[in-house]
Amino acid sequence: MIEINNISKAFNGKEVLKGISAQFQKGETNLIIGGSGTGKSVLLKCMIGLVKPDQGNVLYNGRDFYNCDKETQQSIRREMGVLFQGGALFDSKTVEENVRFPLDMLTSQSPEEKRERVAFCLQRVGLEQAAKRMPSEISGGMKKRVGIARAIVMNPAYLFCDEPNSGLDPLTSVKIDELIKEITEEYQITTIIITHDMNSVMEIGQNIMFLYQGDKLWEGVNTEITKTTVPELKEFLFSNKLLREMQE
Amino acid sequence: MSVIGKYFIFLGTLFGKGEKLSVYWRRLMEECVGIGVSSIFIVAIVSTFIGAVSCIQTAYNLVSPIIPISTVALIVRDMEILELAPTITCIVLAGKVGSNIASELGTMRITEQIDALEVMGINSSSYLVLPKVVAAMLTFPMLVIFSAFLGILGGYLAGTLTGVITERDYLYGIRDSFVPYNIFFMCVKPFVFGFLIASISSFKGFFTSGGALEVGKASTQAVTNSCISILVADYLLAQLLL
Repeated sequence: MIEINNISKAFNGKEVLKGISAQFQKGETNLIIGGSGTGKSVLLKCMIGLVKPDQGNVLYNGRDFYNCDKETQQSIRREMGVLFQGGALFDSKTVEENVRFPLDMLTSQSPEEKRERVAFCLQRVGLEQAAKRMPSEISGGMKKRVGIARAIVMNPAYLFCDEPNSGLDPLTSVKIDELIKEITEEYQITTIIITHDMNSVMEIGQNIMFLYQGDKLWEGVNTEITKTTVPELKEFLFSNKLLREMQE
Repeated sequence: MSVIGKYFIFLGTLFGKGEKLSVYWRRLMEECVGIGVSSIFIVAIVSTFIGAVSCIQTAYNLVSPIIPISTVALIVRDMEILELAPTITCIVLAGKVGSNIASELGTMRITEQIDALEVMGINSSSYLVLPKVVAAMLTFPMLVIFSAFLGILGGYLAGTLTGVITERDYLYGIRDSFVPYNIFFMCVKPFVFGFLIASISSFKGFFTSGGALEVGKASTQAVTNSCISILVADYLLAQLLL
């Protein structure tokens, strides 16, 4: 379980996050939604240690990420898998090398063990045929899947996905969502997804948090979200004219 | 001043918590190829022509009957060893290697590849930058020795083929009044310049933010700052070591 308490962050005096608190359960796909510039990505970066919050703490199964010794912080990091918005694959390495990279750097597994693990992860995301290709030779959807394979190669306890559907066609988006959900449930991972994709919200949103101008305005499950009375969330959900007409 | 302070803090992070030695060895070899081996062609072309032009222009200016023609070769040799091979070669390398390092790291920064390393708990500056700095400090002196050799050879070819100096005079001139210490001085310069070029360019690339435009700016600044630092260091080294 991940618990965030009273997370605040400001850049050049502008408050981006205003005391956000939440809990994210194991084996669930937790979604953080909101419009552009509402602080979703900053919150994710605070959780994974890329941006230090001005205030508040992040607890990983009770271990305070920002107030623990370096060894504990390192062990928490090794339990994290992160899928970045653009995949963040290393350009100079093949797909296989990208997936193997965390194993090479952080474990002392034998080459055979690494090969088996990489093959398993690539097969899990359906990319065993693309192992020898370079990131520049594969599509956006494939890059995301390689990113997922790299994120799960170390058997993470926590999976973070920053807009996994951005730039993808609807069909590929659904496949990526399903893959993340399956992996979350299969390995009982605590998954946090940053998104503004409404399909994702309705399909895989087991626990949803809505951010608006750095504040948490709503929290709940996907079956309740359309019944919300929060005007900002309603505006966000029904920004599409067709959906607005259907709701009315 | 804050930028200089940030640069020194950045240098400190290179020696922070590191990875396995085998990882650094592999990275160092990759960088030696990327920085050193891939620069051989441009260094060879530039050095040979600079040596050739130095010989022709020196001969053109030395018209006094009391100065032996072998002095042309002596001047070419000392110019190559003391200044042209180390400084001009490193300025060329600042353009080639410096812009390459800055744009590579800048692109890695804006495409979140550096973030991906940091999230894994890897010391990204040490993993990415330290091998580049060490590779530059190792390969630049070799490239400069190669450059000095080709420069003197270029002078020989241009001088003898155009008839401004005979083979015998040229060979006599390059051995006349030779000071072995100058070779040591020639090797110290690229060692220092290699460090400056690789570290300044890495610093510029590593802290890039924004998009493609900023990567281009970082690359330009890396080359400009590297060239300025080379000239300042060149002057200081000459004052200190000669």
